[in-house]
Amino acid sequence: MTVTESAPATEFIGQRMLRREDPALLTGEARFTNDLVVPGALHLALVRSPYAHARIVHIDTSAAVALPGVVAVHTGADLAAAWAAPMPCAWPVTDDMKNPAHFPLAVDKVCYAGDGVVAILATSETAARDAVDAIDVTYDPLPAVIDLEDALADRVVIHDALGTNTSYTWALKVEGAPGQIDAAFESAAFTVRERYVQQRLIPMAMETRAVVAVPQPFGGDITLYSSTQVPHILKIMAAITLGIPEHQVRVVAPAVGGGFGSKLNVYAEELLCMALSRQHKVPVRWSESRTENTQATIHGRGQIQHIELAADADGRLTAVRVRLLADMGAYLQLVTPGIPLLGAFLYAGVYDLPAAYDFECTSVFTTMTPTDAYRGAGRPEATYAIERAMDALAVEVGIDPLELRRRNFIATEAYPYTAWSGLTYDSGDHDAAATKAAALVGYEALRERQRTQNIAGATTRLGIGVSSYFEMCGLAPSRVLASLNYTAGGWEAATVRVLPTAKVQVVTGTSPHGQGHETAWSMIVADKLGISPDDVDVLHSDTAIAPLGLDTYGSRSLPVGGVAIAMACDKVIAKAAQIAAHQLEASVDDLEFAHGAFTVTGSPESTMPLAAIAFEAFSAHNLPEGLEPNLECGVSYDPPNFSWPFGTHICVVEVDTETGAIEVLQYAAVDDCGVQINPLIVDGQVHGGVIQGLAQALFEEAVYDSDGNLKTSTLAEYLVPAASDVPPITLGHTVTPSPTNQLGVKGVGEAGTIGAAPAVINAVVDALAGLGVRDVPMPASPNTVWSAILGAAPAPTDTAGTDVGDHPDATARTTVAPPEGGAP
Amino acid sequence: MEISVTVNGTEHQHDVEPRTLLVHYIRDTVGLTGTNVGCDTTSCGACTVHLGGESVKSCTILAVQADGADITTIEGLATDGVLHPMQRAFMENHGLQCGYCTPGMVMAATSFLEENPHPTDREVRIGLEGNLCRCTGYHNIVQAVLAAADA
Repeated sequence: MTVTESAPATEFIGQRMLRREDPALLTGEARFTNDLVVPGALHLALVRSPYAHARIVHIDTSAAVALPGVVAVHTGADLAAAWAAPMPCAWPVTDDMKNPAHFPLAVDKVCYAGDGVVAILATSETAARDAVDAIDVTYDPLPAVIDLEDALADRVVIHDALGTNTSYTWALKVEGAPGQIDAAFESAAFTVRERYVQQRLIPMAMETRAVVAVPQPFGGDITLYSSTQVPHILKIMAAITLGIPEHQVRVVAPAVGGGFGSKLNVYAEELLCMALSRQHKVPVRWSESRTENTQATIHGRGQIQHIELAADADGRLTAVRVRLLADMGAYLQLVTPGIPLLGAFLYAGVYDLPAAYDFECTSVFTTMTPTDAYRGAGRPEATYAIERAMDALAVEVGIDPLELRRRNFIATEAYPYTAWSGLTYDSGDHDAAATKAAALVGYEALRERQRTQNIAGATTRLGIGVSSYFEMCGLAPSRVLASLNYTAGGWEAATVRVLPTAKVQVVTGTSPHGQGHETAWSMIVADKLGISPDDVDVLHSDTAIAPLGLDTYGSRSLPVGGVAIAMACDKVIAKAAQIAAHQLEASVDDLEFAHGAFTVTGSPESTMPLAAIAFEAFSAHNLPEGLEPNLECGVSYDPPNFSWPFGTHICVVEVDTETGAIEVLQYAAVDDCGVQINPLIVDGQVHGGVIQGLAQALFEEAVYDSDGNLKTSTLAEYLVPAASDVPPITLGHTVTPSPTNQLGVKGVGEAGTIGAAPAVINAVVDALAGLGVRDVPMPASPNTVWSAILGAAPAPTDTAGTDVGDHPDATARTTVAPPEGGAP
Repeated sequence: MEISVTVNGTEHQHDVEPRTLLVHYIRDTVGLTGTNVGCDTTSCGACTVHLGGESVKSCTILAVQADGADITTIEGLATDGVLHPMQRAFMENHGLQCGYCTPGMVMAATSFLEENPHPTDREVRIGLEGNLCRCTGYHNIVQAVLAAADA
């Protein structure tokens, strides 16, 4: 029989099947964490620090305790005994990385505005919040540290015991021969040296976080319901942090309203609800307000980037050098230190670079909300730097930026391609994606129009921005993660269970929160087993039902979790074949499996459907000698490689030089994620990702004042774009299957975000190139654009510092020539 | 204060604290949790319901202000187990991912189409600018509303 590891028939795979998740979400039936009714639950509210940096002098809880409905008030000192370990950081990227002990409530000192200080339990949410105002905390304020270079200089050391604000320096230098990189820069026909700032971003999932902890005081079990992306990781970490035996902890992620990385964490409020519910022997719940969410849930990005490219006379890259300064925020959360390093391999982009790569990242603590994973996590930053620098190089070389990219693309025939890093890229056709994107926008005609439109004195200027990218996702081969000091692995688990009536349950370790796994996984199983997707149920996000898994982040769910399901189906088919062979009195080798039935080769009448085998496996009346009853098989799959989706985005803008306003005229995204299970879902992932990337380019920034107060703490101040702020998106796809898995799939969740920001800013800078503008910082607000046109330094943001590393003369390059006209 | 409201055709009478927001009344007292809360500044629109036939952000009025009103929430849109054409259009056009903004978005969209039954792409975008979505990039939401308008 030849069914093992075979690519499935594709009756359903590739169809734009509507999502089975939708009816519940569209009718209000879906249950998010805050929708759960838990009798007798106490409500938790937190007193949070109004200071970025201060010593806690005194806490007076007496007035709060006396309020109606208040059951208990706890300070950090009260709860010190509740923690068996500090809050977890699972990614100690270097052996000497500095990681300050961090507990759910601050004890002596607060290190960012929003740091939890006092926990209040009350009989209602309003009573708990009313009591927050009755707590009197006396602080001794200390200076805030909100500038990365200032943090690096240790003018104010935030964590006294560490003696420095530097958490770590991580370096990756690869050269084919000693001195190759220096020689490449010395002999280069062209070099560029650029400095970019990745502003801080707030993830802003539409559902803020929410937690309910339900203890069973007699027996010690505890169930945690949380709006999380990572119920499995959370279970392990909660058990360790609270000192509860892991088998007594169950974590459930009900319907989850988006995450974008922000719910890939272990949060103070989850641990507080668990600890307090055990202490008080009643359920404890907490619901995060949006204003809390902007301060108590992790932020993303926050880097100062220096990138240098060396190129030969044709513009082909000969060396890349990168220095990063990364903002950890006040503490290290679950994977904070690893985020910049997820981009460490991508600063050469999709280009054929010789072994001449020099990367170094220094990460510092600041008195701001901790950073961690936000959609793309390290890869949007890297892609922004290389793609912006490629445009700068195109200007130097004097060729079209698309042509420069074509000259440098890794050739299709070079795949699988082993890069300078030693990593092997699975498959790609960059030229095809770029060509398709160019066709979608009418690239040549736009360039022609640009020549006639952007004349001296023109006040509405056309710009075209190109960005080509790798997504590098599907975390990941566990051995590669080990080499990066990541504590956990990158496998995923799946179980496929054929019930006696031939309906199928799939148990997955992925934890969807908008990605449509129930629909997509049922399509995979339907094709593998030759049944209808309607006969497949997908179980997930509850550690009692799906005990094994590593959850959903980093665009890993399909290339790891989905492939695991296909492999589990293969095991089911192999076991079913033994039963079929026994019943049909044939050899397993003589069986064919198709359309949900086994048939003896050459004897079409000798056939047995999976449904009959399922019942035989259940009844166990007549199984082959030694074969276990039931038809259920599990797989834990560790992928052999990352997945390497790629593509090209092209953004077309017009910039009004009198107002600085940007209008996006066209946006085309061509993404290649290999075989698409459900193109409907793929399109949605790219649409949403593109707008999040475009929002970083044009709208969003977490702004702190010099005292460390977050000035963008609500959705009225932090500019998440509305429908009226963003353009329609034109999508194209190429399909280059991955050779590393039987489905040929790659990830797709972050591609849009990775490609978009550089495409947008490249377009804006391209529009203004004739005015001498060489860079426009993000977010490119009208004021920032206008300032760039005027040649003035753009209004500095507090988190944008001056310089770092070994390039003291590299500064933000805004203009090289005065405006030629148009600006007032 | 005593209030009397009709929610999805059913009359309710309750004694509510005067500061109670309509959204909390709908969720916590009436027990209809389809209406979500996404912010505290009337910015996101996740809590949009129909009050007297018009879309309102239910976080922005007090329950006592709704005394005597006829309210429709997302739970009241589908009838006899059949999705409302707008719900159907959202499903067919993949106008939702995580689904958290969806109830408010659908309620805003149905109200918008009553005001403007045959909108352009741009008019839909402006009409829904009070409702934020973080997943879809709005592209398919706009397609869904345009499809519902043609239905």
